Amino acid sequence: MADIGRKKIGNVELTTGAVLPSDGSTQKNKTGGWRALRPVTDHAKCTGCGICWVYCPDASRFKDKDGKFDFVADYCKGCGICADVCPVKCITMVVEEE
Amino acid sequence: MKEVMEASHAIAEAVKAVDPAVIAAYPITPQTHIVERLSEYVANGELKGEYINAESEFAAISACLGAQATGVRSYTSTSSQGLALMHEILYIVSGMRLPVGMTVVNRALSAPINIWNDHQDSISERDSGWIQLYVETAQEAYDMTLMQYKICEDKRVLLPSMVCLDGFTLSHVYEPVDILEKARVDGFLPKYKPVHAVLDPKEPLTQGPIGFPTHYMEFRKDLVDAIAGSERVIGEVMAEYSRMFPVSIKDSRPDRYYHYEEYMMEDADVVLVAMGSVCGTIKEVIDELRGKGVKAGLLKLVTYRPFPNELIAKRLSGYRKVAVVDKALSPGNTAPLYTEVASALYDSKERPNLRSFIVGLGGRDVTLGHIERIINMTLKGEGAKTEWMF
Repeated sequence: MADIGRKKIGNVELTTGAVLPSDGSTQKNKTGGWRALRPVTDHAKCTGCGICWVYCPDASRFKDKDGKFDFVADYCKGCGICADVCPVKCITMVVEEE
Repeated sequence: MKEVMEASHAIAEAVKAVDPAVIAAYPITPQTHIVERLSEYVANGELKGEYINAESEFAAISACLGAQATGVRSYTSTSSQGLALMHEILYIVSGMRLPVGMTVVNRALSAPINIWNDHQDSISERDSGWIQLYVETAQEAYDMTLMQYKICEDKRVLLPSMVCLDGFTLSHVYEPVDILEKARVDGFLPKYKPVHAVLDPKEPLTQGPIGFPTHYMEFRKDLVDAIAGSERVIGEVMAEYSRMFPVSIKDSRPDRYYHYEEYMMEDADVVLVAMGSVCGTIKEVIDELRGKGVKAGLLKLVTYRPFPNELIAKRLSGYRKVAVVDKALSPGNTAPLYTEVASALYDSKERPNLRSFIVGLGGRDVTLGHIERIINMTLKGEGAKTEWMF
C-alpha cells in the first residue's frame, strides 16, 4: 500500500489529499436518507425492460427474482428519473414518511 | 549548449528533459509555441510521452489530473482565458495534492478582448493552492521549469506549481539560453517515482472523495500548511540548482536563485518591488540613475505563492520609501502585489512609506520613462497613493 500520509489535525484523522485506503467507500456511506420522494413500482405493470436501471444515476435500481425492477433503499435519493423514463409508467414518486 | 531561442522554446526544452508521461493542452488561442514545440517532439519521437490535444483547457487540466493520479508526471501550459477556464479544476488538483506542472504565459483577461501581457490571469488564481513562481528571463524560465518539478514532487510538498512568464515580452523574444544535457538534468531531477498514493487496480484506493463538514476544514488547513511549508523546500531546491548549475551566460539569471533577487538595495533611498520581465527594465533605469546620483534599488519577487511574508518584511524593514509595481488589479481594492507587501509589512516596527504603481496592463509598454517617474515620484512623495503609468 502506498503511503497515504496519515496525520491528525485536532481530533480529525486525515490523509494527504483525502485519499482513502480502500475502494467502495460510496457503498459504506449510505445516502438514501437524503430522499424526500420514494419511487414505488407497480410490479403488475413492470415489464422488466430495465430502462430505469440504465438511466438511474446512482445504480439504485435492481432486478428482483420475478424479473421486475425495484429501488435500493440505502442509496436511492429519489430523483425521479426512473419514473420519468419508464415506458409503461409503472413507477410513482410518493412522499417519504417517517 | 548555448543557443539563442524564444523563452517558449527554452521551456519546451526543459519539459523534454523533465520527460512527462502525459502532456495535455488546448492547441489554439491563447496557446503558445511551448506546446507546439512539444507536439513536434512527440511526433518525431524525441519525447515518448502521450500528447493529448484536448478540446478545451478545462479538459487539458482534467487530463493532467487523471494522469498524475495514476502516478506519472504530467504537464500543461496555457494563458489568460485558458487559465480562467481551468479555474475549477485547479482547486481540485491542489486539494488532491497532485504535483502537476504548468507554465502560465501571462496575458490579460477580457473584456475588452486582449491577447497581450499582464499578470491578471495567474494573479487571479493565487488562491487556488498552486505554487506560483515568476521569472524575468528566458534562462530563468528554463531553469524554473526544471526546479518546479523537483519542488512540487517533494514528499514535504506534493502540490501543483505554475511557472509564470510574461507573454510576448519573454515567450516570443529570442535570448541566449544555456540548455543542459539530459544526463545533467537527470542528476538533478531523477526519473519520476511517485511518493503519493496512485491509482492501481492491484491496490484499490479512493481519490477525490467527499469531505463532509466534519472533515473539510481540516483538509483545507492541511493544504495551507503544505503550501506554507513549501517555502523552505523551494529555497532548498533553488540553492541546490544554483550550486549544480552555475551561471554560464552573463546577466541571464541571478548567481543564486532565491525567493527574491535583490539589485542595488544596500544603499538605496528608494526600493521598487516587482515581478517578471519588468525587472529587466527597472534594473536598466537603476543603472542609469545611479550615474546621476539617484540611489534606487529593486526587490524582484520570484516566489509569489507561498508569499514569503517574513522574508519580505525583514528585507524591506529600514527602508523609508518603497514602490510596489503591479501588472494586475483587484478591482474594488488596491493592487494585489501592493496589498500583499503592505500586509507583510504591517507588523514591522519600521514600516516604509509604501506606494502603488499600476503598469503594463494588456500589453502596454512599460518604458524607461515610466520607471524613472515611479522612482522620482516615490522619492519626492508626489502623486496619489495609487498611480497609473499610462
